Amino acid sequence: MQPTWILIAGRTTRQGTSLNESKFGSEYLDETQTLYMNVEDLAQLGLQPGQLVRLRSVWGAAEVRVQPDKRGELPRGVVFLAYGDASSRLMGADTHGTGMPDSKGIEVVVEPLNIGSPPGAIHERSGAAT
Amino acid sequence: MSANDGFRVVENATCTFCGCVCDDMILKVQGDRIVEAKNACVLGKAWFLNHQIESRPVALIEGQPASLDEAVERAAQILVNARYPVVYGLSDTTCEAQRIAVAIADWIGGCVDTTTSVCHGPSGMAFQGVGEVTCSLGEVKNRADLVIFWGCNPAESHPRHMTRYSTMPRGLFVPRGRKDRTVVLVDVRRTKTAPAADIFLQIKPRRDFEALWALRALVKGVEVDPRIEEDTGVSLRQWRDLAERMKSCKFGVLFFGMGLSMTRGKHLNVEAALALARDLNQFTKFYIKPMRGHGNVTGADNVVAWQTGYPFGVNLARGYPRFNPGEYTTADLLARGEADAALIIASDPLANFSQPAREHLLRIPYIALDPKETPTTRHATVAFTTAVYGINVAGTVYRMDDVPIRLRPALPSPYPSDEEVLRRLERRIRQLLGIGTNLHPNPPRNSHVERAFS
Repeated sequence: MQPTWILIAGRTTRQGTSLNESKFGSEYLDETQTLYMNVEDLAQLGLQPGQLVRLRSVWGAAEVRVQPDKRGELPRGVVFLAYGDASSRLMGADTHGTGMPDSKGIEVVVEPLNIGSPPGAIHERSGAAT
Repeated sequence: MSANDGFRVVENATCTFCGCVCDDMILKVQGDRIVEAKNACVLGKAWFLNHQIESRPVALIEGQPASLDEAVERAAQILVNARYPVVYGLSDTTCEAQRIAVAIADWIGGCVDTTTSVCHGPSGMAFQGVGEVTCSLGEVKNRADLVIFWGCNPAESHPRHMTRYSTMPRGLFVPRGRKDRTVVLVDVRRTKTAPAADIFLQIKPRRDFEALWALRALVKGVEVDPRIEEDTGVSLRQWRDLAERMKSCKFGVLFFGMGLSMTRGKHLNVEAALALARDLNQFTKFYIKPMRGHGNVTGADNVVAWQTGYPFGVNLARGYPRFNPGEYTTADLLARGEADAALIIASDPLANFSQPAREHLLRIPYIALDPKETPTTRHATVAFTTAVYGINVAGTVYRMDDVPIRLRPALPSPYPSDEEVLRRLERRIRQLLGIGTNLHPNPPRNSHVERAFS
């Protein structure tokens, strides 16, 4: 059984500033497709900063690049992704009678992909819903 | 407004990017650009300085340029012929536009829902269950000596909240500002807000309810099992210390974010926080407020509540309002494949809804109003380009503490406001439905729009 991580999606300063430029711009897409992870968790999975990974929840999957968390922000077992297309793909549709899908605290599996994937591959595969 | 060296200066302008709605902006305007935004935070600067007149048509029908009248006609036909339409969004437009959107939902017998439902909607449910011990941010500034942030990260999402309202400013009863306050952060992540706090409690994910319930017990003097540390990641000693600080402060306030409302438990998490604040009023003055995200999401709650009695997730199909989150909320209406048309105002569900909801939205005809091109406008059957509220458009917005604030626009736009498009749409819908058109005055003609797009 693969280990699972708890995904928290949220706002970041860069996500907030870049969406004012364009949601189709490279900065917004980069910020919303970057997964932050505790450095010890990165080492456990043998991941390199910038490496492409596939995140899978029971509801969907998204491909993102992984980076170590900033300033020891994340405890082990917790990963962070800025709100955007990728985080939305991992949410369930069921709102449990509230109108709000589970958007934080989602269990995900982190699967390494090829280190040598070309830049921009993520955008082509999981860009904004089209 | 004053002119100086080819620049115009707009004083006391309002930033509508986030729920802080800071109304002390000093904007320097050159031509059709804002070149300086004094007093703005990093998000506010991005909001103002990236503003430019888009080079898009005023309207698109199935991706092809169209006149305003043609687009209004097509939009009205879609909504009038739908069997279960939904009107959604509304958190980034004026209250004046919001009230017309509610009227449209009423005429077409659809649902009206706002982005609150995927933000603090669960908090709205909790308010109904427990009540909200509320105060204004001005009271916080002048009185609060204990400020708790729970499941929120104002350093990144509301950058001026702490400096303008909650932790730094000097107030009437906290004359030394930050030195007179204790600031506590409770969060799963050690965010950028953590260095601004005196106490940081790093809680385990999805354990907010347990922690809040334990605090309620401690406040009431009920013994708590030390194993609370295993559950929450924070020791009983630390929770006891926080409970004592809450009881002994003179004016405490708990600001909570979507760490509570978006995590499993949702409205129950918020109910626990609201009940804690209520309990604390047996000992001191204690208040609780949600940290609201979009510039006028609080206005959307207020306007929809004025007009229907409920803040979001309202169905008007029977001619009277019914409220049922989970049934009449847009994320559910779309994911279950129920809505057959949508009017989306100032929001971008194709960027942030679940995949089943997005896939259904792409299958049905919908109308989108937005100043910028977004994934939602790109796929809309009818897309209107509208002027930006607060920058181009005057009106009323509500700050996150339910204080209404008047907008002072900095420069005109060739595009119509959301309000103007919605007025035209509402009028045409009433014509198509055979409902008297003398209920509201004719929409005021906008000469900029007429010249640019006639």
